[in-house]
Amino acid sequence: MSANAPAIRASDDQLPISHREAGMPTPLVGMLLFIASEVMFFGGLFASYFNARAVHIGVWGPPEGAPELEILPIALPITIILVASSFTMQFGIWAIRRGDQRAMRNWTLLTLALGVTFLIGQIYDYTTLGFGISDGAFGTVFYTLTGFHGAHVFGGAVGLTILAARASQGQFSKQNHVAVEAISYYWHFVDVVWIALFSTLYFLR
Amino acid sequence: MATTTLTPTAQSYRRSWVMEWLTTVDHKKIGILYIVNSFLFFFAAGILALLVRSELAVPGLQFLDYRTYNQAFTMHGTIMIFLFVVPVLSGFANYVVPLQLGAPDMAFPRINALSFWFLPLGGLLIFSGYLFGGAAAEGWTLYTPLSGGTYSTGVGTDLWLIGLLLVGTASILGSVNFIATIFKMRAPGMTLFRMPILVWTVLVTATLILLATPVLAAGMIALFIDRNYGGSFFDPNTGGNPILWQHLFWFFGHPEVYIVILPAMGVVSEILPVFTRRPLFGYRAFVFATIAIGLLSFSVWAHHMFTTGQVFLPFFSFMTALIAIPTGVKMFNWLATLWRGSIVFATPMLFALGFLSMFLIGGISGVMLSAPAVDFHLQDTYFVVAHLHYVFFGGSVFGVFAATYYWFPKMTGRRLNEPLGKVHFWMHFVGFNLAFFPQHILGIQGMPRRIADYSPDAGWTILNLVSTAGAFLIAASILPFLVNVIATFINGEKVGDDPWEGNTLEWATSSPPPPYNFDKLPPIRSERPVFDLRHKHDADHVAAADAMVSEGGPA
Repeated sequence: MSANAPAIRASDDQLPISHREAGMPTPLVGMLLFIASEVMFFGGLFASYFNARAVHIGVWGPPEGAPELEILPIALPITIILVASSFTMQFGIWAIRRGDQRAMRNWTLLTLALGVTFLIGQIYDYTTLGFGISDGAFGTVFYTLTGFHGAHVFGGAVGLTILAARASQGQFSKQNHVAVEAISYYWHFVDVVWIALFSTLYFLR
Repeated sequence: MATTTLTPTAQSYRRSWVMEWLTTVDHKKIGILYIVNSFLFFFAAGILALLVRSELAVPGLQFLDYRTYNQAFTMHGTIMIFLFVVPVLSGFANYVVPLQLGAPDMAFPRINALSFWFLPLGGLLIFSGYLFGGAAAEGWTLYTPLSGGTYSTGVGTDLWLIGLLLVGTASILGSVNFIATIFKMRAPGMTLFRMPILVWTVLVTATLILLATPVLAAGMIALFIDRNYGGSFFDPNTGGNPILWQHLFWFFGHPEVYIVILPAMGVVSEILPVFTRRPLFGYRAFVFATIAIGLLSFSVWAHHMFTTGQVFLPFFSFMTALIAIPTGVKMFNWLATLWRGSIVFATPMLFALGFLSMFLIGGISGVMLSAPAVDFHLQDTYFVVAHLHYVFFGGSVFGVFAATYYWFPKMTGRRLNEPLGKVHFWMHFVGFNLAFFPQHILGIQGMPRRIADYSPDAGWTILNLVSTAGAFLIAASILPFLVNVIATFINGEKVGDDPWEGNTLEWATSSPPPPYNFDKLPPIRSERPVFDLRHKHDADHVAAADAMVSEGGPA
């Protein structure tokens, strides 16, 4: 069918290919989409939590013989630490938007330190709870949800480490710091998940 | 031969062939890797299907025991869905979407390569169960408690979970890439409502993958914890709920059906206008119908769970039946496109028409199953098997072959042999209907799915034999296809850049396109920029005539 087709002639009104950078930078779009999928992932885990709770018979909480969940001395302080780390992250963003790379790196390192403190606190908390992942439905959902949140904090900490290292080499500027913005989105997201998880586990009793 | 003067001339730098394909981040090469990899898994899963059909040809256990039989149908379903139909359509989308957008590549080329390489790894992990005491054997839906640690003790199911998590991760990363590409990489002039229909269907599909797959991932991780760390998500003895698995699985699993069918609909909607010489009827209606199917797909999952007695039947029944409306809109779009068209019966068109007729049957049996009163009788019978094959195979796989014949000239510069293609189509079409139409009747007669044996007194023997014969005819039809692909690749007819007189931008560059796709683009003023370019002078004449009339010129 192509044999008799007329040849296509290009003419002067053909447009050159240009790369427009209008609106949100592509890496940020990618990060937001990835976070959308993460929302659904935690949505599935939260659904499992509420399902386990709904079919549970008796008092919902740690299994017999284990102490009650308490927000002190660990859970509340590490929550405050993680929420604070969102603020320090944002101070870092504002610093690099002004072009102050040194301040941005310091805020990032502080954020990283707070995130690692959270993780250490969480692991310490695990050792004091007195029940394990195989001790009934509550144990399973508690460790799965907090564990996967912790894994996401760890992933964010890796990202922060890379940001700090790149900042030390002077790779960011007022115009060029999309990686910092992207990691900050992720870090805020992980923080919000923890607030939802903390409220669900400790207050929704 | 249609040649475009848009043909780019710059060369890429050279490196060894193996390194090039192993390390490529070019969306076209990655797309071809996707397609080749998917077809390899298609052949493997097809052999498993032949094992299943051979065992069922006559009553009695012929050559498989129950265990191997269960593994065969489980692996057949899993591999066909997760490693053939979904990724092969992703492969075509990978190849075609950036070209149709006038983009040089995907938004994140290296993530694109990563999402491809997860697939063979995940697929081999799933298959490796055969090496470690037997693959997963609980059906592709892996229902608990059958798949829990109590009843399924081998590592095959664990490998299934790990492999599928990798495949799911690949899908999620791929869909992030598609959505970012579609929103950020369109050529100047390509507004959302000038995007080719395939791009629209890929956009909706990617959104479904992005939002549905993570829920399955959560479910699979929960099942893995149950099986390996003593968790109690799905074990009622320790406070779990086995029905939760069905919710998590089908919350993904029903959007999955549209993940599989929407790109095939997009392929058919690209092919019909080209081979009828007409624009697609009702472009906007088609776009909104696609979006409507995407939205509805998240509110119908429990129609797979009517017989559990744990879901609100009227709601899910109503929402399911509602899907027939946007799907019907599309069916009329396609029919109206064909109406009074100058139809060219080339092989891609034959497969597209095969899609229309077979998918229609699958859609109708789907609406039948949406009625709980019917579903209670047909749940887990061969009627369901027939329905899903009319949708997955009669729909998606016909779309895959249509896409293969349609874009093969773009990928290689050579057109697949038409007579061989027609032999392939007719064997495929007849074999498909022989294999799966009798299963409707078997299901209504009460034959359950997933059984290895049945009584000679049940009256199912003849129809089973017909079905098995059909399955072997489908397998035989793959031979002319393979011969065609290999012979054409070596020494096929060279047909230039635009053998079908296409409408969309992939036909405005060379075949195969250079690594960066385009030197120049035609102006994009509609969803058919290459058609506009080819008929530029016709349009000028019409415009001139219109101008003369409006100025009161010669009557």
